[in-house]
Parts: sequence; structure tokens; C-alpha cells
Amino acid sequence: MSKNGIATFLIWLSACLVTGVFLCLLMDIISQGLAGLSWAYLVESPQDAGRSGGIASIIVSSGLILLVAIATAAPLGLATAVLLTEFTTQNSTFGRFVERSLDVLAGIPSIVFGLFGNAFFCIYLGLGFSMLSGGLTLACMVLPILIRSATEGLRSTPNDYRLSAAALGMTRTSALIHLLLPTAIPALVAGLMLGIGRAGAETAALIFTSGYVDRMPDSLMDSGRALSVHIYDLSMNVAGGDANANSAALVLITFLFIINSVSSSLANHWMHRRIIRL
Amino acid sequence: MNPLFIESATPLDLAEHKTPEESYTLGPIQTGPPCCVPRTLFSIKNLSLNYGSTPALKNISLDIYEGCITALIGPSGCGKTSFLSTLNRLTDMIPDCKVTGDIRFNDINLRSSQLDVLNLRRDIGMIFQKTMPFPLSIRRNIELPLREHGINKNSELNVILQQVLQDVGLWEEVKDRLDSSALALSGGQQQRLCIARALALQPKVLLMDEPCSALDPLSSAVVEDLINRLRGRYTIIIVTHNLAQAKRIANYAGFFWVSERAGCLIEFGQCKQIFEAPAHELTAAYVNGSRG
Amino acid sequence: MSLSHTDKNLTFVLRLCALISAAVVILILVFLLKESWPVLKHVSITRFISDASWHPAQSLYNITPMLSATLLSTFGALLLATPLGIASALFSRYYAPPALAAWYRRLIELLAGIPSVVYGLWGLTTLAPLIGQLHPPGVSLLTAILVLALMILPTVALTVESALLAVPAAYHQGAAALGLTRWGMIKGVILPAAHSGITSGTMLAAGRAIGETMAVLMVAGNVVQHPHSLFDSVRTLTANIALEMSYAMGDHRAALFVSGLALMLMVLLLVSMAEVFKRRPVYV
Repeated sequence: MSKNGIATFLIWLSACLVTGVFLCLLMDIISQGLAGLSWAYLVESPQDAGRSGGIASIIVSSGLILLVAIATAAPLGLATAVLLTEFTTQNSTFGRFVERSLDVLAGIPSIVFGLFGNAFFCIYLGLGFSMLSGGLTLACMVLPILIRSATEGLRSTPNDYRLSAAALGMTRTSALIHLLLPTAIPALVAGLMLGIGRAGAETAALIFTSGYVDRMPDSLMDSGRALSVHIYDLSMNVAGGDANANSAALVLITFLFIINSVSSSLANHWMHRRIIRL
Repeated sequence: MNPLFIESATPLDLAEHKTPEESYTLGPIQTGPPCCVPRTLFSIKNLSLNYGSTPALKNISLDIYEGCITALIGPSGCGKTSFLSTLNRLTDMIPDCKVTGDIRFNDINLRSSQLDVLNLRRDIGMIFQKTMPFPLSIRRNIELPLREHGINKNSELNVILQQVLQDVGLWEEVKDRLDSSALALSGGQQQRLCIARALALQPKVLLMDEPCSALDPLSSAVVEDLINRLRGRYTIIIVTHNLAQAKRIANYAGFFWVSERAGCLIEFGQCKQIFEAPAHELTAAYVNGSRG
Repeated sequence: MSLSHTDKNLTFVLRLCALISAAVVILILVFLLKESWPVLKHVSITRFISDASWHPAQSLYNITPMLSATLLSTFGALLLATPLGIASALFSRYYAPPALAAWYRRLIELLAGIPSVVYGLWGLTTLAPLIGQLHPPGVSLLTAILVLALMILPTVALTVESALLAVPAAYHQGAAALGLTRWGMIKGVILPAAHSGITSGTMLAAGRAIGETMAVLMVAGNVVQHPHSLFDSVRTLTANIALEMSYAMGDHRAALFVSGLALMLMVLLLVSMAEVFKRRPVYV
């Protein structure tokens, strides 16, 4: 058989292997987790260390942590992105300094964020094990992602708008608010979804910052257990917790799948619009 | 094809546009060359422009006269567009751009750093080669700059909207769909909208950078006719590659050429003289078509 | 730049926000150093490599068993994931019919979105028992390598795919004009042209594997020892931090922060090298 033929065979084989393993994984999770899924599962709180009952309090905690993370990172990220694209020149030292530090931030592993969050938010700022600490730690993690997608979105708005707005004597702020930001909204939202997807999947950063408590939280200062942490706890620390761990995993995957799909379809729609308008 | 000719029946108070009888230009208004020597509006001496270390314009000196149409002709790359950008300080938006020399508009030094640039751009409007309507409705396109400059009452806005759309000949075509997207208009309509948008601010000067070159011949004729009708009420500086167009509508013409890798002004004078009896041999060669 | 008052005010606020964003990474560095300081004061860095073993209770801070676990699992994962990732990218770009390629790409993107706990869960409940049947215990270096490989595969596939897309069309046309077979064109022209992008993708994947915590925590067995075979249980640096942080105090806790710093440096080194490679021009 020729080299070309062997190569073709091997490549198709690899593709089949990857597809096979992935489908295996999906099937396993679905088959073991589907049984435990029900409406009751979603609205009841965990009992017996999570072996029975549902994940209502977990969902609430996860939601609150995500809320804190996005509410902190989104405005900060948008402001930074606007500065980097609209108000700094190409070679500005400040601009480059900000971009370099964000690049470094993007590369830090999640457990290190956990260490930092513990040392800074929980201990130094005195927030203790709380959803606030967890959310703020996650905000640090998703900041580079949000900034990156916001800058891309703003950079792809047509420069015509800036020129004609300037020629009409409009301030740059006004051009930003009325023209540039509305045009960049699909990209901004796509980036937001991406950030939510990243934060929702995060576990290591939350273990030492928002803690393990699986009760329904009363306030942001309470410790709360995120869905990913719940899966970890059930599978590693609770004997017989596997079934519920799979159910929780199914819920998490579904949520992330939806978020990521919305994000990529928005990104495609935005690209599509860009091509049409030329 | 007969170009649409719309005239406002009664002059509206808020518009403050001068009627043809009160135009600045002395003498009869007619298509093409020469009429008179009216008041100097722009006085430019030894203007030079550099992008970083690359020179784009060298020692340009000329006067622009009020109420007339001045055409800037010459091949591509001579710095005509750059020259236009200096007049409304749009060069501020270009990084690494250095302008030297003396530019005076009504005796105001345009290069002063104290200058209120936003108000300057209200007096000096610009129309670009590529049609650039905002991605908003037709109404919002015109209202946005007006609101920006302090005119907020809906009644005033509506009056100005109708006035400028009538001036550019778009009113009949779009009066039923003012709230639909401006991007749905044809190329010629979009360019006329951009002109209307600039006119709404009641400028004294209109800078036009090849306004017809991106349009099909029919739309181009309509826009050219509009520019003609604006003569007298506004001072127009138009960059054009179309020599025939320049001959048709301009009162004055300036011929640019490249020398020593920078743009320079070879000759400037009344249009009739530039085209029929140019002083410089290069000008003669260009308008005859033997060069450029 | 001529800016109006509004613009100047806005610029001030924006600069403040950008400064805060930029300050986060500095804050992280400062606090990591602050927390590491108590142990670094009286324990020299070399002891982290030369001590007898990792026994913080007895002031022994040798992190090499964990380091070797991290490096071996990463290396093994790369060995598996790189060829498969490149093959995936080639498949979706050159071999699959367009509809199939689109589906396959979606599959890879889905794989990239699965959280690490879910990979760990699957490894623990399905993969580990399988490997346990081969050679007990099931949770071992091998399991960790397999799960990590699955996790970094999408990273490799997606970055290699963008590297392949960056190869100019002229190269394809030139190769076709010379009558090369598909594989001949790929091996001789495309892969060499994209090699800097591929290297960059591999380094990013390595950084991801080194920094991975949850999945290896769940499937590697967590015994502090130098692995002598693929079936030994090991504990990576990341898993070590995750496991011991909950009860570590004083010098022990500080030592964990030191290992966190070491991790951060390793990953940052890899990521910056990946950036350097990504910026290289496409040439053969």
C-alpha cells in the first residue's frame, strides 16, 4: 500500500478513535446519570451528604458565585478593552504594559488562583470561605478572556464610523456609546458567554475560596458549594455518591453546552454580519 | 435623466439658509468657470504634512474663496486627501501625523492647540469618498450629530430634518420611511444622506473627497447636480479625479502633482484659466490627458 | 489628540480600570511570595530538591516525587495527544468531506468545553476499573496520562487547525501543480510550513497539562512516590496542593505556596515560548 494510502487510513483511524472515546464518555455519563435526573432533583437540596436528594442549593450557590464573578469582571473588562482599543495609541507604554500583564494572567493555572484567592480574599481581606471570595477569584480568572473578546469585537467595528463621527464634531465618547458599542454587542455577548462557560467549569479555584457547605446559602458571605465542587466531593469523598455525581455532571455538561453554543452562534452571526456589510 | 429638483417653498426660520438671491458669490451664478473674486475664507501658507518621516505635502500655499467651488485635481497619491484633512483637523485622528505651516480660517489659526475642534467641525463639514451612513435609521443619522451639538427639542429636529432632506432632494424618496435603516438606501441616496447630515449642522464649508467616484453614473449625476445647487450658500472644496466634472462645476481649480516624493501645488487659479490657458506646462499636459 | 472634556474624563476612568486589571497579576505574585516567605526564610531552595522526602511534619520538603509525576504525566499525555491532535486537524481540513468536517470540528469544540471534574469522574468510574483489571490499582500514572491526553487533545487540534489555515493557498496550488499526492503535499509542504504553529500549540497544551488539577487528582492515586512503572499511583504537584491545603499550617502551608510558585513559573515559561513560536512567520 502506498504511503498516501497508509496515511489516509491512519488519519481516518485517529478520527474514529477520538470520536469513539468521546462518545463513550458521553454515553457513560448519560447512562449513569440520567436515572437520577428528575424535576425533584433540581429543586431539592442534597441529603445524606449528597447521596440522595437533589442539587437545588448547589445550583443557587453556583449561580451566585457566577453572578459575583461576572458582575465584577464584565465592567472592569469592558472598560479596559475600550481603553486599549480607543484611547491608547499603537505604541503607548501603558497599553503594552496592560496587555502583557493580561497575557501573563491568562496563563496562570487554576490551582494557583485558588491559592491566591485563599491568601488574599479569604484571609487578607477577611472574607473567609464565602461565595464572595470564590466569585472574586473567578473574576480574576475570566478577566483576560473577557478583555480579549471585547477588544476583538471593538477592533472589528468599521473605522468609517469613527471617521464620520469625528468629521461631524462628535466626541469620541459619544461615538463609542451610540455607534461602536452597539455594533460590537454580538462580540461582547459572545465573549461574556465564553467567560461564563470557563467560570462554570472551574473547580480548583473554588475549593479553597468558597468552600464545601452544601446548605442553601443565606447571603453572599456564606460558604457555598458550586456544581463542579459537588461532583468532585461526591466522587472522591462520599462512598456511593457516584450515581448522583453522574447526574450532577450531566446537568453541568448540559448547562455548559448551551452556553458555549450560544457563544459560538453569536460569534458566527457577528462574523456573518461583518462579511455582508463589508 | 432629469435630476430631481426639489425646492423648499417657504424659507423656515430655524434653518437660516441663505436663498440664492443672497448668496455670497457676486455676479450671476452659472455652471463652471469664472465669476468674480469674492472674500478669502481660507488662507493657507507653506503647509507641509508628514506621516512619521515620510513627507506627504510640501509647501502648499493657496487661498480658498467664499461661496465658490474649488476643485483640487491631480493624479492619485499627490496628497489631495491629506490636504483636505488638515482643514478640519481630521489629521488629529491619524497617529504620527505632523502638520506645519499656517492655516487660517476666517483669520482663526487652525493649527492652534487651543482651538475648539468639535465646534470647528460644525463649521467645516466633510463628505468622504466611501459612503458612510451610521448603522441607524435615516432619522437617527441626522439627529445624532444635532443632539450632540445641543439641539434636543423634537420640533426643532423635525424641522431641520425635513429642510436638509429637501435640500439634497431625498425628501420625496424617503419621507415615508424615515425610521428604516439608512443602510438599505442605494449608494447615491446614502451619499446624499451623508451630505444632508453634514448640512444639518449649518456649516460654512463643505470638504468633499471624491464624493462621486464610488457611485454609478446616474447617482453620480444626481450628486453632482446637488453640489452645483449648493454653490453660493456654502464654500465647497472638492477633490476629484474627474476632469470633466471639475470643468463643469468648479469656479477655481488647484492642480497637485508629486515632486520629490511629496505632493505639491503646481498651479492654482480660476477654473477657466487652468483648463484653457494653463501657465505651467505640467498643468497643460495633465488637462490635455497627455500625462497623469 | 484633541480631546473634549467628556473624553478626558472618560479616559481617566478607563485608565483607572485598566490599572486595576493590570494590577491583578502583580497582586497574585506579591501574595504568593508573601505566603511563601515563612518557609523560604529558613529553608533554602535546594532543599526542595535534595531533602529525603516530602514530609512537612518532619520539615522535609522534597518535591521531586510530585515534580516527576507532573512531568511524566505531561510528557506521556503529549506523546498521545500530539499525533492524535495533528491527525484530527488534518482530518477536518484535508480528508473529511465538508459536512463531516463541520461535525467533527463541533465535536472537538465540545470536548474542549467539558470541565475537568467530568473527565476525572469518567476516568475514576470507567477508566480506572478497566486499568485495574489489567494491573491493580486502577488509579495510576497510566490513567492520569490517558485522561490528560483526552483533555489536551482539543487544545492541540484547535491550534494546529488555525496553524494549517494560516498556510497560504499558494503553497497548496504549488504542490498540486507539481503532482504531489495528498499525503506528499501534507508531509512535504504543509506541515513544515505550519511547524511553528504546531510547536506553539504543543507548548500551550503542555502548559495546560502541567496546570491541570482536578482530573489528575481523581485518577492518579495520590501516593507520594517516584513512579517505577506506569501502573504506580502518583501524586502531581497540583494534586498535592489541592489535597494538603485544607489542613496545612505554618511552614507546611508556605511550602505549598512555594510549589504553587514553581508551577506558575513552569506554565508561564511554556506559554511565553508558545507565543514566541506563534509569531514566527510561515515559511518552510
